[in-house]
Amino acid sequence: MQLLLKGGRLIDPATGRDEECDLHCVDGRIEKIGRGLSVSAAQVIDLRGKIVAPGFIDMHVHLREPGFEYKETIETGVQAAAAGGFTAVCCMPNTNPAIDDESVVRYIHAKARVAMKGLVDVYPIGAVTKERKGEHLAPLAELAAAGAVAFSDDGDPVHDAEIMRRALEYSAMYGRPIIQHAQDPSLTRGGAMNEGATATTLGLPGWPPVAEEIMIARDIRLAEYTGGSYHVAHLSTAGGAEVVRQAKARGIKVTAEATPHHFTLTEEAVRSFDTNTKMNPPLRTRNDVDAIKQALRDGTIDIIATDHAPHSFDEKEVEFVAAPFGIVGLETAVALAVTELFLKGVLSLGQLVEKFSVNPRRLLGLPAIAVKEGTMANLTIFDPAAQWVVDPEAFRSKSRNTPFRGMTLTGKPIGILNNGETFWN
Amino acid sequence: MPLHTRHLLGLEGMKREDIQLILDTAVSFREVLERPIKKVPPLQGKTIANLFFENSTRTRLSFELAERRLSADVLGFAASGSSVAKGETLKDTARNIEAMKIDMVVIRHSAAGAPHYLSRVIRSNVINAGDGAHEHPTQGLLDMYTIREKLGRLEGLHVCILGDISHSRVARSNIFGLLTMGAKVSVCGPATMMPRGIENLGVEVYHHLDDVLPRIDVLNVLRIQMERDAGRLFPSIREYHNFYGVTRQRLEKAGRDITVMHPGPINRDVEISADVADGEHSVILQQVLNGVAIRMAVLYLLSSMN
Repeated sequence: MQLLLKGGRLIDPATGRDEECDLHCVDGRIEKIGRGLSVSAAQVIDLRGKIVAPGFIDMHVHLREPGFEYKETIETGVQAAAAGGFTAVCCMPNTNPAIDDESVVRYIHAKARVAMKGLVDVYPIGAVTKERKGEHLAPLAELAAAGAVAFSDDGDPVHDAEIMRRALEYSAMYGRPIIQHAQDPSLTRGGAMNEGATATTLGLPGWPPVAEEIMIARDIRLAEYTGGSYHVAHLSTAGGAEVVRQAKARGIKVTAEATPHHFTLTEEAVRSFDTNTKMNPPLRTRNDVDAIKQALRDGTIDIIATDHAPHSFDEKEVEFVAAPFGIVGLETAVALAVTELFLKGVLSLGQLVEKFSVNPRRLLGLPAIAVKEGTMANLTIFDPAAQWVVDPEAFRSKSRNTPFRGMTLTGKPIGILNNGETFWN
Repeated sequence: MPLHTRHLLGLEGMKREDIQLILDTAVSFREVLERPIKKVPPLQGKTIANLFFENSTRTRLSFELAERRLSADVLGFAASGSSVAKGETLKDTARNIEAMKIDMVVIRHSAAGAPHYLSRVIRSNVINAGDGAHEHPTQGLLDMYTIREKLGRLEGLHVCILGDISHSRVARSNIFGLLTMGAKVSVCGPATMMPRGIENLGVEVYHHLDDVLPRIDVLNVLRIQMERDAGRLFPSIREYHNFYGVTRQRLEKAGRDITVMHPGPINRDVEISADVADGEHSVILQQVLNGVAIRMAVLYLLSSMN
C-alpha cells in the first residue's frame, strides 16, 4: 500500500520542520519526505492547505469499558478518537472493575488491539487506590509493568494527604506521574456549578474555585517534599493556574492540562439548565477562561486533553442537579483548539502541536514521534481553515452529550496514520 | 392585553408590564374571594395537574383552591423525594400525566430548573410552584401584591429580606420582581447565609439587623430551617434569635412603621416573635389570602396563552 501525501504543511517540533512538503508512505512507513515527489503506484492525497503533524494524543479519556459499555466501548471510543484526529488516547480507570489490577490493563490492551485494527494506541491509566476508594494503594508497580502509563483516581480526588504522599513516592520509582482530579470534596458537597453570581441567580448549589486551588496547593507541597511527578487534570481556575505557575518557577515537577470546554465556555452556558453544561470541574467565569488561555500561552499549562466523558441520553435527560457530570470531547477538541486558541492568537499551530502531541508523550514517557524517513508514520492531519457545524448525530462516539451542538467551528481533523493503518474523515 | 410568556417559570427577566398585568388582574379575583359565591367560570373544561415532588401544604392548597375557584378540573400528584429515586424520571411522570389531556401543569420540585426542563419536554403551560433554591414566582407576586395593597405602591419602597438567602427561592423571586418594579431591595442575614455574588443581583447586603431596620419600609422574614442548618450555617437557634429574630422591641427601636411579612410556615420566637407575627405590623395572613387571588390571576392569564 503506497500513499503520497501531497502539499501539506508539515509541522514537526521534533525535527524542527515547518514547511510544505510531500510524504511518501509504503505500508505505513515514511519512505521519503520532499518536494514535488511523484510515485506512479501511490494513492495521492491532496493536502494543500492542511497541516500534517505528529500524531495527537488525548491523555484524558473515559472509554467506559469495562463496566459501562452502554455509554462507550473501547471500539466506539477508538472510532471517536480517530475521527477527532487522535492516534492515541489514555483511558481513565473509573471503570467497573476499576483499572486497579493488571488483568484489567491487559483486557483493555486486548480490546484496543482489535479496535479498528489497532489504529489508535490505547494507554491505560491505573488507579492510585484500590477500587478508587482513596484508602489503600493499588498495585502501582504491577500496573506499571503491565503498561499503565500514569496513575489517577480521576472522577474523584485523592483526598487523603498521606495516600497522595505515598503514591507520589512510590510512582516516582517507575517514572510515572500521579494525575490528580484536584478538588477538596468537603467544599463541594452537593455542588452542581461554579459558585458565584450565576449560581446564586439560578439557585444551584455552588462549587467554589477555591476547592480546586487548595488541593493543587497541598499536592504541590507534597510533590516538592517527595520529588514525585504531579500532574493536574482539567485545570479550570485562575487561582489554580497561578499556583501551578509559581510551582514551576520554583522547579517543582508539576504539569497541567486544560480541556477545550474550560478554555471555550463560561458558567453563563448553565443558564439554560442544559445538563450538557454540567461537568466536573464546572464551567467557570470569563476571568478563569482568560486565565486558562494565558496559562496555555505562557506554558503553565502543558497539555490539552478533553476529559471525554460519555453519558447516555437518558442519564442526561433529567433535572440539572440529578444529571451526571461530563461531556464528550474527542470529536470537537481540535476544532475548539483551532477556533479558540489559534484563531484568537493564543497559540501558534506549532504550539498547538506541542500541547496535543509532544508534551503529553514526554510526560507519560512515551516514545517521541519524529516525522522522518524510515519511521512508521504516526500522523494527525487537520484543516485549520475548514468551517463546520457541530452535529452530535454524526459523532462516532456512542454518546452525544455535548454543549457544542449547532456551534460553527473552524478546524477539522482530516485523517490519521498510525501502526500501518489509516483513517480519513 | 396578553402576557408575553406561556409559562410562569420565574420572575427573573419577566417584563414589568407582565408583572403589572398579573397584579392588576389579581385585584378583581381578590374581590371575587369576598363574595358569598366565590366561584367563577373562566377555566371551565380546563384540566390542571398539580405535580408536587416536594412537600408543601400551603402552596399546594392555595393552587388547588385557585384552580377550583376558576372552575378548572384539578388533578393532584404528590411524590416525596426526587423522581430519580422513585425510578421514574420527571420526564416520564410528566408525559404520562400529560397523556391524560392536561392543559396546565403546576410543579413544585427540589431541583432548580426542573420546571424549565419540563417546559421543554411537554406541551402544557408550566407554572413553577417552587424549584429548589431558585424561584417561587407566585410567592414573589403575592408578596408584591400584598405590599402594594398595604402601602399603595412598589416603586421607591425599600424592602429587606431577612434570613437564609442562600437557600431561599422566595428571596430570589422577590429580588427579581421587586427590582423590576422599581423598589429598592436589601438582604440581611449572617455571612454564612449569603450566597456568593448576591450583590451582583442589585441588592444591598447587611449583616446586622439593627443597621437596616431604620432604612426600610417592608421586612420580609424568611423561615429558618432549624433541623438542617443549626451548627453548620449558624451556631445555634438561640444565637440566631438573639441577633436576627424580629421582635417588637427591635422594630420600635428602629422608629419606623415597618410592614412585616413572612412566607410561612413560621417558627414562632425563632426568626419572628409571636407579638410581631400576630401584631399590627404583620400582613402574614393577608399574604395567604392574596396568594389565592394571585394564583387565580396567573392561571387565568396563562390559560389563554397556547
